[in-house]
Amino acid sequence: MKTIHFTGFLALTALCAASASAQSLTAAGATFPAPIYQKWFGEFKTKTGVQVNYQDIGSGAGIKQLTEGTVDFGASDVPMTDEQLSKLKVKALHFPSVLGAVVMTYNIPGVTGSLTFTPEAIAGIYLGTITKWNDPKIAGANAGVKLPANDIVVVHRSDGSGTSFVFTDYLSKVSPDWKSKVGAAAAVSWPVGLGGKGSDGVAGTVKQTPNSIGYVELLFAVNNKMSFGNVKNASGEVITPSVASVTEAAAAMKEMPADFRVSITNSPGKKAYPISTFTYLLIPSQIQDAAKRKAITDFLTWMLKDGQKEAAGLSYAPLPKAVADKELKQIATIK
Amino acid sequence: MATHAAIVRPTIKTKSRLGGDELAKAFTFLFAALIIALTLLVVWQLWLGSTPTREKFGFTFLTSQLWNPVTDEFGALPFIYGTVLTSLLALLISVPLGVGAAIYLSELALPKLSNSLTFLVELLAAVPSVIFGLLAIFTLVPLMRDYVQPGLKQAFGFSPLFTGPAFGVGYLTAGIILAVMTFPFIISVSREALMAVPREQREAALALGATKWESTWQIVVPFARLGIMGSVFLGLARALGETMAVTMVIGNDPKIHASLISPGYTIAAVVANEFTEASGQMHASALVELGLVLFALTMVINGLAQVMIVLTTGKGSAKA
Repeated sequence: MKTIHFTGFLALTALCAASASAQSLTAAGATFPAPIYQKWFGEFKTKTGVQVNYQDIGSGAGIKQLTEGTVDFGASDVPMTDEQLSKLKVKALHFPSVLGAVVMTYNIPGVTGSLTFTPEAIAGIYLGTITKWNDPKIAGANAGVKLPANDIVVVHRSDGSGTSFVFTDYLSKVSPDWKSKVGAAAAVSWPVGLGGKGSDGVAGTVKQTPNSIGYVELLFAVNNKMSFGNVKNASGEVITPSVASVTEAAAAMKEMPADFRVSITNSPGKKAYPISTFTYLLIPSQIQDAAKRKAITDFLTWMLKDGQKEAAGLSYAPLPKAVADKELKQIATIK
Repeated sequence: MATHAAIVRPTIKTKSRLGGDELAKAFTFLFAALIIALTLLVVWQLWLGSTPTREKFGFTFLTSQLWNPVTDEFGALPFIYGTVLTSLLALLISVPLGVGAAIYLSELALPKLSNSLTFLVELLAAVPSVIFGLLAIFTLVPLMRDYVQPGLKQAFGFSPLFTGPAFGVGYLTAGIILAVMTFPFIISVSREALMAVPREQREAALALGATKWESTWQIVVPFARLGIMGSVFLGLARALGETMAVTMVIGNDPKIHASLISPGYTIAAVVANEFTEASGQMHASALVELGLVLFALTMVINGLAQVMIVLTTGKGSAKA
C-alpha cells in the first residue's frame, strides 16, 4: 500500500513539474469503497490529466482530515453527524458514490448452501440470547436444513468500521432490545463474541472456527468466495444479497432528504436487501481555487454518469438513477 | 600526519584536544537531550490529547471495566489486565526457554554450531510481528482450539483458570505468541552476557573440582545475572507494547475473564483497532489516555526492574 502511495506521490510531483495546467487533488477516507475509487481516479486521470491521490485511512480519519483542511475532499461510509458538520469551516456536501451491503457469513460443518436469517435471529445471535444453531428462531426459517445443536461462535469487527455501523444501525432498527442495550456506531460494546481486525480478520476467524457466524461486506464475501446467507427484509421477503437487491434498497426509499444523509437499512422495498448502505464523498460546498473546483465537479459529473457503469463489475451496487440525477443537481451548488 | 603532529608544541596540542573533547561533549549531550525531549514531548502530547476523558473520569478511568463508545463510557481496567497478564504469561514461557537456550549456546555447544544457531535466533528477532500474527492464526489458533484448550479444560477444568468454550484465541494464545516473539531477544542478550563472563571464573571453578555444569550454573550464570535480567526486561518491554500479533489472536473482547482460555484485549491492540474510526471526541481521548496508561505501566515495570536489580546486586558475587 505504502509503495503505491509513494509511486502515486512521485507521479504527482512529476506531473506538477511537467505542466502547470495539470491538477492534483488529495482525498482521504473510507476503506470499503477504495477499490472502485482507485479505479475511477485512474480512469479519470487518463481522460483529463487530473490526478487524485486517495488514501484509504478509514471513514473517521477521513472526516478528521477534512475538518482539519488537509485534504481537498473526504470519503465516509457513514453520513456525518450534525456535531461533526458544525466543526467544519466550509460546509460539506454529501455525494453518495456507490452502494454496499453487509452479508452474514458462517461456517457450520455439514451445512452447505444458503441459510436464511430473520432479523430476530440475527439480533438474537448478536445479543447472546440465541446460543445454539438449532434454535427454533433460526431453524424456523430454514426448513429442510439439518442444523447442529452446537454453540454459536459469534464474530464481529474489533476495529471501528463503517461496516459495523451499518450492521448495528440495521440491528437497532429491527430490534428494540439492541437499540436500548447496544445502539449503533462504528465501534460498540458487543454483548458477545470474538473480535476480528478488519474484514479479513472476521473472515479468517469464521473460516477457521466451526459453528461460527460473522458479518462482512458483500464485495469481500464475493471476492473471497465465502458462503453467505439470505435475509428476510422489512416486507417479509427472503432476499439474496446481490448488486441488484442492494440498488433496490436505495431506490425504494420514498423520501430522499436534500442532503442525502439517510440510512437505507431495513428498506421498505419488496426486493430490497435490508443491510445496505450508501458510501459518500464529502465535498466542500465552497472551493476557492477555480481549477480545483472544476476538476472536482468534472469528476463528480463523470462518476455519476459513466463511472456508475463500472460499479457492478467490482461488486458495488450502482446508484438508482433518481438518486444520481438528484446529485447531479447538487453539483451546481458547489461554489 | 604523524611527523607533523610531533612538531606541534605540546601546549597547542593539549588545547586542540580539549576543543575536540568539548565539541564531542556538546554534541553527545545534544543527542542525549534530544531523547529526553522526545520522551517529554510524547508524554505532553498524550496528556494534552487525553484532557476530555481525564477531566470527565479522573482516576475511575483506571478502575472502570466499562468500554462503550456508543454511550461514551470508558474504563481501562480490562486492557491493563490483558496487557499485564499476556506479558506475564509470555515471560513465564520465554524466560526458562530463552535463558536455557542461551546457556547451551554460550557454554555447552560447539562454537560453530553456536554461531550458526545464534544467527538463526537473530533472524527470528527481525521477523515483523504481523508475520508472527499470521503464523499464529493459521497454525497456533487451530492447535489451541482443537487440542490444547480442550485438553487443559479436561485436566484442570475444576479451576476457574481453564473454563469456558475453546475458541482457540485468548489470553493464553496471545501469551504463547508473545513468548515466541520475546525469546530471540532473551537468547541473544543473555548469550552475550554469558560470553562476557571472564574465562578465569570458569577455570577457577573447574580447578576447585566443579563439574562443567556446576561451574556453569553456580558460577557463570550468577555472574551474568545482570545481563540476563536486562534481557528479560527487554523482552518484557516488547511484550507490553506488542500490537499486531496480539490483536490477531487475543479475541479482542474488552472484558475481564479469569479463564486463561477466554478472549481478552490489550492496550496496544485496542488503540490500533479503534483509533482510525474514533470519530467522537471522547472516544479518541480515551484511546490517547490508554496510550498514557501504557506509558506509565512501562515506566512502573521498568522502575520495579531497576529496584530488583539493585536489591539482588547487593549480595553475592555478581558485581561485574
